[in-house]
Amino acid sequence: MIAQLPPRQDVLARRDAIVAGLRRLLAPDAVIAEPDLLKPYETDGMSCHRQVPLAVVLPATTAEVAAVMAFLHREGVCVVARGAGTSLSGGALPMQDAVVIGVMRMNRILEIDYADRLAVVQAGVTNLGITQAMEGRGFFYAPDPSSQLACMIGGNVAMNSGGAHCLRYGVTTNNLLGLKLVTVEGEVVDIGGGHLDAAGYDWLGLLTGSEGQLAIVTEVTVRILRAAEGARAMLAAFRANDVAGDCVAAIIASGIIPVALEFMDRPAIHACEAFAHAGYPLDAEAMLIIEVEGSAAEQDDLLGRIGEICRRHDPISLRISASAAESAAIWKGRKGAFGAVGRISPDYLCMDGVIPTSRLAEVLRRIGAMSAEYGLQVANIFHAGDGNLHPLIMFDANEPDSFDRAERFGADILRLCVEMGGCLTGEHGVGVEKRDLMVVQFTAAELDQQRRVKSAFDPGWLLNPSKVFPLQVPPA
Amino acid sequence: MQTSFTAAQLRDPATAAANQVLRTCVHCGFCTATCPTFVLLGDELDSPRGRIYLIKEMLEAGRPATAAVVLHVDRCLSCLSCMTTCPSGVHYMHLVDHARATIERTYRRPWHERALRALLAWVLPHPGRLRLVLAAARLARPFAGLLPRGGMSFRRVRAMLATAPGRLPPASPLDGVRVHRAEGPRRFRVALLDGCAQRVLNPAINDATIRLLTRLGGEVVVSAGAGCCGGLTHHMGRHDQALASVRANIAAWSREITGNGLDGIVVNAAGCGTMLKDYGFMMRGEPEAEAASQVAALAMDITEALVKLGYAPSRPAPGLTVAYHAACSLQHGQGVTDAPRMLLRKAGFRVVEPAEAHLCCGSAGTYNLLQPDLAAALRDRKLANLCATAPDMVATGNIGCMTQLAGHGLPVVHTVELLDWMAGGPRPG
Ligand code: SF4
Ligand code: SF4
Repeated sequence: MIAQLPPRQDVLARRDAIVAGLRRLLAPDAVIAEPDLLKPYETDGMSCHRQVPLAVVLPATTAEVAAVMAFLHREGVCVVARGAGTSLSGGALPMQDAVVIGVMRMNRILEIDYADRLAVVQAGVTNLGITQAMEGRGFFYAPDPSSQLACMIGGNVAMNSGGAHCLRYGVTTNNLLGLKLVTVEGEVVDIGGGHLDAAGYDWLGLLTGSEGQLAIVTEVTVRILRAAEGARAMLAAFRANDVAGDCVAAIIASGIIPVALEFMDRPAIHACEAFAHAGYPLDAEAMLIIEVEGSAAEQDDLLGRIGEICRRHDPISLRISASAAESAAIWKGRKGAFGAVGRISPDYLCMDGVIPTSRLAEVLRRIGAMSAEYGLQVANIFHAGDGNLHPLIMFDANEPDSFDRAERFGADILRLCVEMGGCLTGEHGVGVEKRDLMVVQFTAAELDQQRRVKSAFDPGWLLNPSKVFPLQVPPA
Repeated sequence: MQTSFTAAQLRDPATAAANQVLRTCVHCGFCTATCPTFVLLGDELDSPRGRIYLIKEMLEAGRPATAAVVLHVDRCLSCLSCMTTCPSGVHYMHLVDHARATIERTYRRPWHERALRALLAWVLPHPGRLRLVLAAARLARPFAGLLPRGGMSFRRVRAMLATAPGRLPPASPLDGVRVHRAEGPRRFRVALLDGCAQRVLNPAINDATIRLLTRLGGEVVVSAGAGCCGGLTHHMGRHDQALASVRANIAAWSREITGNGLDGIVVNAAGCGTMLKDYGFMMRGEPEAEAASQVAALAMDITEALVKLGYAPSRPAPGLTVAYHAACSLQHGQGVTDAPRMLLRKAGFRVVEPAEAHLCCGSAGTYNLLQPDLAAALRDRKLANLCATAPDMVATGNIGCMTQLAGHGLPVVHTVELLDWMAGGPRPG
């Protein structure tokens, strides 16, 4: 079990009083404190780490969040914010002495303004829910993490989530206009708004990706975009990982920016095909999903040029999707990839690092060698266009040392990313997963500077401590 | 996901099977998004992933179910939306079925709940008893207003009285006939599961089914000894009662298979179809295992059968817009999604789809009687989505959905009634 800051004993001792205080603020079914009902909240998408919290609250409005925060601040209780609980870095892992604030009930779309191209939604609206609310109007919200069906916009802001299409449209921070926040003291603050560049410091930029450590997000104003006339995906199958890697580098180097450029290796192809029946090439060692957008003529032109580049890399096959249903199946496989790996392995660790695109082939070779060394299989799935790697390390949690080996293997991969000139996290955040590796990326002085930013917002370190920074007691 | 069963616990085959399901779950949370109760209640405990976790803890601990766990498992509709969403192939149905049986075995419900459940399990699978009770309910309905307002039990009784149809249709002349001959030369022979509640509530569905099949050259038999599929009692966790129904059906159809042979067992109530197709798993390790798998393999929804047999309309297109309501048991339980839509289009209807088509209407077997508040919220949401498509009528493949959605301004018919009409049968309604 991962180490956390030692629980504040005085808080544990006052548990009943704290729960009673919360019950005075919220509806009866919005406070969960019975031990067997707290269990399902002990973990998120990274289920190898678990910790039952002190209590869980499910506020329905910003005002309720503010009341809860003010109360917990007075009581000196830590807070862990939770959206859909799909974090793959343990960002929503509770602490023994913390109250989890779940925003799932705040799931209303407050406003969609097509003229000014923005939508105001509560933090518990799912990522895909924003686009679905505009169905038939030809608009969409661009960042599309694989978990977009379930993950919530509040969590997306906390982790600055990306997705397959951020090669073209940018990550969460590039698609936000404003936030409504509740500070650690329980004060409601609005930042940004219905325009692209706000006056003063870029608070929006600072808060996006702050992993629930600076404030709790309750409402989000996002930019919405008009959908392209059409889109088409191409599947290109290759004989080896590094050939596919070289092909990615060649496409990027040619100056063409597809909307998505995704890579899968053999284990990933097989797992995803079993789930999505998308006609993935099962004979390939590696496969690219390349999607382009625009008018039919633009699509033809781009696919023609990209096909040309692929053909120079001795592909086994090239297939262009012929219908919307075919494209949907292709993406269903890719978006369900992580879960689909659950079909071939009882457990997995999903890594998230970034490397320069030009080093892709080399990195894949090194990961292959490590896989043999650790005796653990790995399925490689990633946003190849922007070098965001997601190697999935497969292990069996019911075997004693297998998780340990998987964690060490994962750490080696992330060290490799930094060594190659990349970084520790692409889009999943640091959470607890990469907390201790932050020293590989940053110097002590740099980390201290970041800690001071947190202290400015949250002097008592009540908001999601134990994450992001290597543990230090007491915090800087 | 990691589990911590002891070796002794895993020697029990049911626990071993549950462990297998739990190990497949990677706790990704995708399923939460498409779960009707999570969408309504916004609590992990009312989501598939939360329930899986609660069930895991209950089974691992090997202790009796607690009231808190029962509350959240009871709220599950068994709509299986989570199964079509899950990328990892978690067989939630088998897990929750096992949990319900465990609850029934280890948890003592309050007396009024026990009485209600026993009553439902006694009445619903038996057409004769159901007819009697519905007649009584019709008499009792004017007195519903006298029931106290509050209290879950009273709300349940009120829901039951509201659900009971005003006047029961008379039994069909086709009801009770054992063999329906093919029109023209016999091309195939199928058994029809003639349903328990459906036969009473709406005999027109079986009549239309029989006409559709015989018109295409099918001989349709209603096998002696076959009856309720066992689903109603199975989903209430009444394992033994369900197994008795399953055994009787397997025996009846096995006689038919070895006798004159069967090309299929046709089901026109999607909930029952899901159940039949799972007979193989249910009877694993039992002496009837092989026969059960054979029956399961022959089971097919009526729309699957019609696609296979080449349904074609004979009347000109009626120029009507039909909103297709996908029953959960058909779309999630059996993965039959295209066949009904395709057939309706072929029959000449303009087919429209409501938003949130994946969400349950709240019927879910006895759910609308046991969880009236959630069921009503889901019904209203479904009706709003259906109305938004401005259809002339709604078509669906499950009697439960029909009862749930009927009486709110939109005509609701069974898919086969429309198909039969366009192929020469009577106009439904
Ligand atoms: S069966 Fe339906 S109600 Fe039950 S957990 Fe799955 S999606 Fe939710
Ligand atoms: S989608 Fe499947 S694997 Fe993911 S949490 Fe739900 S049941 Fe588990």
